[in-house]
Amino acid sequence: MAINWFKYASPATFYFLAGRMIPFFSVAAVLLLIVGLYISFFVAPTDFQQSEAYRIIFIHVPAAWMSMFLYLVMAFWAGIGLAFNTRLSSMVASAIAPTGAMFTFLALWTGAWWGKPMWGTWWVWDARLTSELILLFLYIGFMSLQAAIDDPRRADKAGAIIALVGVVNIPIIYFSVQWWNTLHQGASVSLVQSPKMATAMLTGMLIMALAAWMYSIVTILIRTRAIILERESHAAWVAELKAGVKQS
Amino acid sequence: MKWESLSAFISMGGYGFYVWSSYGVALLCVVGEVFLVKRRLGTLHKQLDLNKKSSV
Repeated sequence: MAINWFKYASPATFYFLAGRMIPFFSVAAVLLLIVGLYISFFVAPTDFQQSEAYRIIFIHVPAAWMSMFLYLVMAFWAGIGLAFNTRLSSMVASAIAPTGAMFTFLALWTGAWWGKPMWGTWWVWDARLTSELILLFLYIGFMSLQAAIDDPRRADKAGAIIALVGVVNIPIIYFSVQWWNTLHQGASVSLVQSPKMATAMLTGMLIMALAAWMYSIVTILIRTRAIILERESHAAWVAELKAGVKQS
Repeated sequence: MKWESLSAFISMGGYGFYVWSSYGVALLCVVGEVFLVKRRLGTLHKQLDLNKKSSV
């Protein structure tokens, strides 16, 4: 049996689908967060160099990963929306931006509070920190540009161009610690090398990262639903919903 | 249990100020975003007078 995937590209269908998915991802996010925090504070050992200060890693690294990953996903959907004129893709891209910006802010914030006790400074203009700050500006630029344009479809297109151009910053962030001599340390976890940390630390970090994924899915789905309703408030299916023919 | 006492847990080996400032702000951000995004959808549901059962 062939599944008609295009059916889900319709904002109306997606609105209902998202509504049904949100509870599952919410439960997953909460459970993963509880387990992740438990490991972060009660299972992971004290670091021999950084004592307990290193525990900031359990939010810093997942937040930094999400900030970059969400940007790529946002640019991907914005690009699909631009190329194929699919409304839902652009709506999803707009829904991702605030969550991505939030994680970028958190990566910077927790980095500062880790940098102060370990490096002796809240901030340095090294390549890693600077490129992550640029990422925050890209998210903010994307959102402000879209907010400044009244026609949603034009806003989608303009936003997509910023988002796509900004993709060049992602490899710069990721490889900055190799390309330049940064105060920021190199990657502790990579796909090609065995991790340079205790198993419990790594497990805690990965579970917190999964929790951040689930959390992002939840907030993005809720925001996508809101954007769909904002843009389609005059559509026939919304009227049916209002009349109680359909259940939202 | 890893920690000898509650105060040892709070002090985080002397780094409590830094650790809790990080976790505290993370919590605020997460709770704040969930609140805002739910309110955005909830307001729309109200404005459009949609049935309330599913408002997430």
